[in-house]
Amino acid sequence: MTNPASSGTGGAVRFGALLLAMPLLLWLFLLVILPHVDLLLVSLRERISYGKYEFSLINYTEFFVEPLYWNTYIRTAVMSIMATALTLLIGFPVSYYIAKVMRGKGKNVLFLLCLIPFWVSELVRTFGWMILLRESGVISNFLQWAGIADGPVEMLYNDATIMVGLVYTSMLFMVVPLVSVLDSLDDSLIEAGYDLGGNAFTVTRDIVIPHAMPGIASGCIVVFMLTLGNYLTPNLLGGKDSLWFTEQIYTQFITRFNWESGSAFGFLLLVLSSMIVWIGLKLSRQTLSETVS
Amino acid sequence: MADQFDLECRDVVKKFDAFTAVDSVSLTIPKGSFFSILGPSGCGKTTLLRMLAGFQTPTSGDILIKGSSVLGVPPNRRPVNMVFQHLALFPMMNVSENVAYGLKRRGADRATIEKKVSDTLARVGLPDSGPKQISQLSGGQKQRIAIARCLVLEPAVLLLDEPLGALDLKLREHMKVELKQLQHEIGTTFVYITHDQSEALVMSDQVAVMNAGRFEQVGAPQDLYYNPHTAFVAGFVGESNRWKGTVGMTHDDHIVINLPTGGAVLASRKTHPTLAEGQPVDVFVRPEAIAIDGQGETDNAIAAKVDNVLFNGAASSVQVRDKATGHEMTVALPQTGAFANLKSGDLVNLTWGAEQTRCFVAAENQEATA
Amino acid sequence: MSKKHGALRGSLLGLTALAGMAMLGANAQAEELRLLTWGGYAPDDVVEMFEKETGIDVEVTLSNNEDMISKLRATGGGGFDLAQPSQDRISGAQLEYGIYKPIDLSKIDAAKFIPSMLEATKKNTTLDGEVYGVPHVWGTSGLIVDMTKAGDVKDYTDLCNADISGKVSYRLKRPTLIGFAFAMGMDPFAAYGDEAKYQEILDAVEKKLVECKPNVKTYWEGGDALLNLVRSGEVVAAMAWDTGGWKLNNDNADITFVAPASGALGWIDTFVLPRKSENEDAAYKWINFVMQPEIAAKITASAGNFTASKGADEFADDKLKAQFQGSFPAEALDNIKWYPTVPAGLETLEGKTLDRVKAAQSN
Repeated sequence: MTNPASSGTGGAVRFGALLLAMPLLLWLFLLVILPHVDLLLVSLRERISYGKYEFSLINYTEFFVEPLYWNTYIRTAVMSIMATALTLLIGFPVSYYIAKVMRGKGKNVLFLLCLIPFWVSELVRTFGWMILLRESGVISNFLQWAGIADGPVEMLYNDATIMVGLVYTSMLFMVVPLVSVLDSLDDSLIEAGYDLGGNAFTVTRDIVIPHAMPGIASGCIVVFMLTLGNYLTPNLLGGKDSLWFTEQIYTQFITRFNWESGSAFGFLLLVLSSMIVWIGLKLSRQTLSETVS
Repeated sequence: MADQFDLECRDVVKKFDAFTAVDSVSLTIPKGSFFSILGPSGCGKTTLLRMLAGFQTPTSGDILIKGSSVLGVPPNRRPVNMVFQHLALFPMMNVSENVAYGLKRRGADRATIEKKVSDTLARVGLPDSGPKQISQLSGGQKQRIAIARCLVLEPAVLLLDEPLGALDLKLREHMKVELKQLQHEIGTTFVYITHDQSEALVMSDQVAVMNAGRFEQVGAPQDLYYNPHTAFVAGFVGESNRWKGTVGMTHDDHIVINLPTGGAVLASRKTHPTLAEGQPVDVFVRPEAIAIDGQGETDNAIAAKVDNVLFNGAASSVQVRDKATGHEMTVALPQTGAFANLKSGDLVNLTWGAEQTRCFVAAENQEATA
Repeated sequence: MSKKHGALRGSLLGLTALAGMAMLGANAQAEELRLLTWGGYAPDDVVEMFEKETGIDVEVTLSNNEDMISKLRATGGGGFDLAQPSQDRISGAQLEYGIYKPIDLSKIDAAKFIPSMLEATKKNTTLDGEVYGVPHVWGTSGLIVDMTKAGDVKDYTDLCNADISGKVSYRLKRPTLIGFAFAMGMDPFAAYGDEAKYQEILDAVEKKLVECKPNVKTYWEGGDALLNLVRSGEVVAAMAWDTGGWKLNNDNADITFVAPASGALGWIDTFVLPRKSENEDAAYKWINFVMQPEIAAKITASAGNFTASKGADEFADDKLKAQFQGSFPAEALDNIKWYPTVPAGLETLEGKTLDRVKAAQSN
């Protein structure tokens, strides 16, 4: 719009462009910026008595003073990074297989298979896992029937189960960008890699991964964000020891009516995720604009 | 004995389900020669090349490089390298990293790599391009880097898969010459596949014309041009006027070929000793074999009207129409510029000798002709 | 990319606006009662009868105490015409957020209520001389026990017995803190007014709950999830509502609700008017309608709990009455600890205790 060429046609063009941008601007302002500003204001006040509030940083200091919140925060970040790494580790070969090995119909079928779990809601998927893994569940019964286990086996309510659930939930969001970026890799580059003496490992390391880097980065960002912000999966599969930071936020808002500290936690989560994504981009030498496009 | 051949194929067959892409192809390529495989798209030449490189396995037959079979040897272990159709330079690496890639895979030490890379870049005429990104190179430079990337590994055979296809015409003409020269200098055996006859004719020592999975004829470019063995080769290599006809009476040294569309052409009995009366044939006459209003042989003589003059410098020609039969023909103009003022509507007399007429028995039994 | 999304989002906004207008239109046409309540408190047949009698459409939203308060807080008391929080969660929330409005008792047919319960609720929900709540459904929380496998669980603290390790479940919510406090011989209700004293109690309970954590299979959240755990035998003793125990008892006679030795915790869910209630008349009509004994009995049948409707017992299911009497012998009935109003601030203390229990590592 600042293009001098368009200034000749004057205000009409500019108004038209503004009108076109209106839905986006409204969306951004009403549903993104405004709530965040409100959240920030709420997080910066302290309840004095009934209906009386004062400006204070207590909600933030509370977070740093109380090790419980810290631990949850760190734990959530570490588990999310692990889940992202695992998703990448599993998703990459899957995507490679779909994009480069499969041809024609099989490719679409396989891709669709990856998609199918997402036709039902996350809640249903998680309950599906619970039915499989619970003490009186399918796998436990099978193990007993097969004589591998003597008694019922409880596979729910531990960190490994949370990890399984998170990876499962995130897989599609890793596979889609990876498949599209690997699809764009010319087969002859891979063949040239082999032709010039490379083996599977070096071709993957020197040619496939550098090419796929933008897809890897965008997949990881999406998966990391989803995981960090996930509430259902850690809560339902994790049981009594689940401890997820979003759970803390939910609890503060809904069961404690403590919007002030909930808002502060929300902001801290925002800072945490932005920081980790930023570090990740720096480490992989990607830029956000490259990754998003 | 086998050592004189850098590359040898013995009855190589490749089938994809019911489709036979390559049908018992045998070839031997002498050390240091420039060998081209020429054929229309879909003839199986790319499949053959990929089998040589190791990306595909023959259904049957054997491939030998420097006298030993390479069946079961994966691409990264074969002493052949390939220049891909779209070059397949690695965009994530700069020029010298691209060239150094193969050496690194071999575990060469850093000093050797550096020396060989700069030597090779100098040899292809781009000594200072090492730190450049691939995207900064022009089409011709990319071409040379792609070749350098293979040559640095000193392969026994260099395979080239239509690498000039993506270049514009002028550059392609230029690169043809350059490639031939390069091959001369370094002496590596080149196997070059293309659908462009001029590339094959200009550069090669030997050309194999491939059609429907088979080799139609293997020979020097001159051989293919002047002495095609099959109708396909005659039609595919060089320009020709082409008719369908039937063998008619024989007079002395001449055979009359009757054209169902009207008229007849004379062929030489000497060059076609086996033709029998009544056989259906394909008839070919080169445009440059026909003289306009000239002297020379007059076994065949036609009065024709000029339809179009196609001026193209030394390669100019005219399209004419036989006044009697309505056949369209193309006739090359002599390079002397003698007919520079010929224009459409002019009447010309066309003549050519019977021995310039080339006939191939049509349909199944083509070998019988030669 | 962004343009495309912009357009999509724009059209979504447009759709939302359209939908909003459509809803406005609908509102103008038919009278509506927007009810924020618990599962089972507004069964379909009752809603249908009400709609037939009054012509008022009832839109039911299912919720729980915390969620009701959060929802009303977010809208400043709007979006609903009638809500049903527990009686102990009214005056505190009103003081803090001002989300309710006083009830006009003249519009309530007091004769339909059990007098003692009405009086108690009025007393508990009075603020500045105004009454904010009238009782509807009441019940208790205590223990659900599989008598064959955990017969010696008689009180909350028995859930920590070693012999049922890994087969226990309770909620990580305030009733658990209160119940354990009573079972440990303390009186948390008496300490409501004294934060320091209350914190002492909480610390003792926290210690006990952390010790007890290895015994717990999982902290349950939804009632149905718990019933599933008990039904499948994965859990043999749990702290839960009475009605859940009776439901399970219908399927399996070994499982039933047990009033703990230290006393079951009694709660009363009420009717309150959200501050921005748009259809008070309909709300009063609904209250008077559902308090009729026959209707109240229907609600008892669907919710599993008894109501404050006078004379509804006559219409109640005999089996439920028997189950009730089985779980509550006379002395247990007298021993029910009714929740007094929660003073503001306590929930923050409790929250931290619960967080610490959750964060403690059990193994």
